[in-house]
Amino acid sequence: MESVLGRYRNLIVLVGVLFAQVLGLAVQVKRTTPSEPTRLIRIWAIGAVTPLEKALVWTQTSSSNVWHNYFYLRGVRAENRALKAEIERMSLERVRISQDADQARRLQALLGFKEQFISQTMAAQVIGGSGSELSRSVFIDKGNRDGLKPDMAVITADGIVGKVLHVYRTTSEVLLINDQSSGVGAILDQTRLQGILNGTAAGELVLGRVMSDETVPPGEMVLTSGGDSIFPKGLPIGKVTKITPGSDLFLNIHVRPTADLSRLEEVLVVTKIDERQAQPEQSGGARAIDILAARLPSVPSKPENAGKGASPATSAAPGSVAAKTPATTGVGGNGVAGNGAPATGTSTAGTPKAAHPVTPGSDAQSAPKATPPNAGNGAPAARNTPNAKSPAGDSPGLTSPNRASATTPSPKPVNPQADRKPQPDSPDTPH
Amino acid sequence: MAITYTSGEQVEVYRFSIPATVLIPLAAIFLQAFVPLRFPFFLIFDLPLLVTIGFATARRNPLAGLLTGGLIGIMQDALTHQPIGLYGISKTVVGFGASSLGIKLDVENAGARFLITIFFFAVHEVVYFLIARGLVGLRMAWSWPHELLSGVANALLGVLVFMLLDRVKQRT
Repeated sequence: MESVLGRYRNLIVLVGVLFAQVLGLAVQVKRTTPSEPTRLIRIWAIGAVTPLEKALVWTQTSSSNVWHNYFYLRGVRAENRALKAEIERMSLERVRISQDADQARRLQALLGFKEQFISQTMAAQVIGGSGSELSRSVFIDKGNRDGLKPDMAVITADGIVGKVLHVYRTTSEVLLINDQSSGVGAILDQTRLQGILNGTAAGELVLGRVMSDETVPPGEMVLTSGGDSIFPKGLPIGKVTKITPGSDLFLNIHVRPTADLSRLEEVLVVTKIDERQAQPEQSGGARAIDILAARLPSVPSKPENAGKGASPATSAAPGSVAAKTPATTGVGGNGVAGNGAPATGTSTAGTPKAAHPVTPGSDAQSAPKATPPNAGNGAPAARNTPNAKSPAGDSPGLTSPNRASATTPSPKPVNPQADRKPQPDSPDTPH
Repeated sequence: MAITYTSGEQVEVYRFSIPATVLIPLAAIFLQAFVPLRFPFFLIFDLPLLVTIGFATARRNPLAGLLTGGLIGIMQDALTHQPIGLYGISKTVVGFGASSLGIKLDVENAGARFLITIFFFAVHEVVYFLIARGLVGLRMAWSWPHELLSGVANALLGVLVFMLLDRVKQRT
């Protein structure tokens, strides 16, 4: 007997080790439930690997910041000019959109419609991955110490990324939307068809549960439907690339994600979602003519007119710009972008480019650390705008920039061009 | 390129220092998790597998080979969200096989290492596929071109990894 054991010792050990692992695997497969505690070996492995990853990412980010902040300043003026021109263009665009939004809010209020708003986010740095093609997940540098919980949505400025799967003390594992075990409620932007978006083993995204008699054009945007209770409605997911016939009279709609899931660096974790009933705007929105008036060159007002606030037509124009421009960025300060950016000081992620509702007046969890208390009202952002010194923009406690323009008189001479003159990079300066 | 069939007495048996035994697999697992974030193509490599094969063929001890492979695999499993044991079982088999083959074959030259790595990469993938599909019920996609490309890429990298391991291994 001993000779047999000695002769086949290696084989017996192999069989024993394999048997133990298969048994362990079977137990895990059978007992997998969402409330199951994380295994100790997983905590050890993550504890061994993630500190090194964090240190490496920190070093990389620091050196990159040094480079970008001190050495790589070439082209900043040109970029500044281009950005200012972009702000002007977007101000006009915003007028159109805000009127649509006002109309939508009025209709929603009439219907007693409740909508979800992202009211708190937390910026996080991606520090590592699973290292396996069959497990599409990443690790971020925030954990339960920072208030993260499983099933929180993870997004970037470009679109949704995934959800928090496991939370450890200082790190969390995020399951990406292209993992085969992931599922997201989705809706097609134009056709309004709803389906379930799943990942595949090859890491692709496929929207299923759409009947085969429907017509879906390639290139159509896919948004979150909010039906999964994880992602708020309206966040961008991706674009339709091709449509193939699926099983059981359903289509397989292949989707290319708008967020680059293979090169994630910074993400935003949605830590709080509010559900509110839509309220119609009390005051009228800014008019496109006001924006245009602000852009046109005009004769500076006389000093005596300045104290009286000049003519109503011209006073409204800069007032609306002064308040409106902070609103564009100020909402970000309250909402997704502003919540994220100050938290680490490195994040550049912002609100996903969707018609996604952002809550004016909601508080950023991390904003007070890096910005003044009135940051959410757009004040710091206003410093970058031509009329930044206008009291309308700095007025604390504003809930609606449009209201600010309507109620706060502008004590300054009301010529936006005059304000812009000292700035050599202004887009209105003749070149 | 010669794979010489030798007796157990003729082949050299090596060992690794404790720091090397601990740190090299950890470094491989770390790189496997970190590098693909910056260079997504790196996902076709399986650095922990190469270290498993390298350790196993140098030590030429099936017990040490299967235990090293099992531990590295379980550690790798722990970083994924899949059940623990998928990589563990695959690498246990590879560790045992590579060390058993190491007793029989001289695997000191680059050509032999290239072929052995391709072979054990295939074994690893087949075992993983069968377990993931049969035991865990994962939806697996098998692509011959992808597996072939991965096998060759891993074998090329394996030759380099084994050369690095040669520098830290000690003759018994």
